[in-house]
Amino acid sequence: MATAENVDPKLWQILQKMKTPDFEPTTPLSGPALSKRRVAIVTTAAIQRAGERPFSAHASDYRVIPRDAADSLTIGHISVNFDRSGFQRDYNVVFPIDRLEELAQRGEIGSVADYHYAFLGSSNPLKMEAAAGQVAGLLKQDRVDAVLLTPV
Amino acid sequence: MGVLAHYLERAGVATTQISLIRLHTEKIRPPRALWVPFQLGRPLGDPEDPAFQTRVLRSALALLERTDGPVLEIFPDDAPSSAATAADAWVCPIGLPAGAHDPDPEAALLDEIAAIQPWYELARERHGRTTVGASGMDIAEVAIRLNGLLDPQGAGSFEEAGESRKQLHHLVGDLRAYYTEAATAQPGRTGLTPSSREIENWFWEETEAAQMLLRLRDRLSDSADPELAFFGRLLTVPFSHQHLAPAGS
Repeated sequence: MATAENVDPKLWQILQKMKTPDFEPTTPLSGPALSKRRVAIVTTAAIQRAGERPFSAHASDYRVIPRDAADSLTIGHISVNFDRSGFQRDYNVVFPIDRLEELAQRGEIGSVADYHYAFLGSSNPLKMEAAAGQVAGLLKQDRVDAVLLTPV
Repeated sequence: MGVLAHYLERAGVATTQISLIRLHTEKIRPPRALWVPFQLGRPLGDPEDPAFQTRVLRSALALLERTDGPVLEIFPDDAPSSAATAADAWVCPIGLPAGAHDPDPEAALLDEIAAIQPWYELARERHGRTTVGASGMDIAEVAIRLNGLLDPQGAGSFEEAGESRKQLHHLVGDLRAYYTEAATAQPGRTGLTPSSREIENWFWEETEAAQMLLRLRDRLSDSADPELAFFGRLLTVPFSHQHLAPAGS
């Protein structure tokens, strides 16, 4: 549990000292009802398919994850301070693609995107602006109008 | 994480995010966030618990209907596994070879990897997949490359190796994934699936692989090369086990 009581004290000190960028609030977009939306996952877990060019330390680029590629995913994250055993047993703990497919089958969401995206969350996020812009363009091409962001 | 939410939303795609570190989300203020009280690495909660994962997912997606952000909602419940009793402590069913007696650390490490292999294969079969493979190397090669960094000359060659030293974290990731997947191949004697903490304690306190990583931390932390020093200090051993010293040091 990520609270001061439950994270290792040394890690908590680092998290507390970590500089976070200042952002003016972004106006939340309105959109269709959830049952009409096409949903994609964007994660900062640095998950990537085995055999793909691995994430470099401090990478600010991204990897594309086709919706049917979950069985081939590895973790390219640099941090050794988060649990990986949950993802090893069940990728839905980080990449809830099966859960989204179920919600789509039940009509709770409109559909699941064909492509999803992964970044390396330990890198400087301000350097990801250009890549995030590219991903936004790709998402719109895929008619996505809802993104679920997941960290590790 | 929250920064990406700002960028995507400003580019015209609505976002909702799961937050594990509330401290940061409160400062970055993304348009919509659901803070969950789970351990780092598990934003949806517990593995193999689809009902709980769906609850978390529904809560996060429901925020998309909100346009009054920044919204930071709190998910009310702990992951069910956090309430598991420690009364019947998990004992790893894998018998490790007595590697400490082998005078050659590389040979001891490769013996251990071979001893674990049947359990790793079982886990791979059971899960229908493996997360080992980010480095693109065979696991024995991963071990040999990491162990080779302990040799001053071996580390020296990495210092000149340009891009490959930016990939060192994948060697550690693959090695640890191989061991931890093997450890979850089947429940221990008590029939319990091990918790993340039990797996970590087993790995760091009982394996030759961990001994090698502890030595690597000590070897590289003082490196004049800032990238190797960073790797040694922060990317080999988690904070939870930094207090350990390699045997015989």
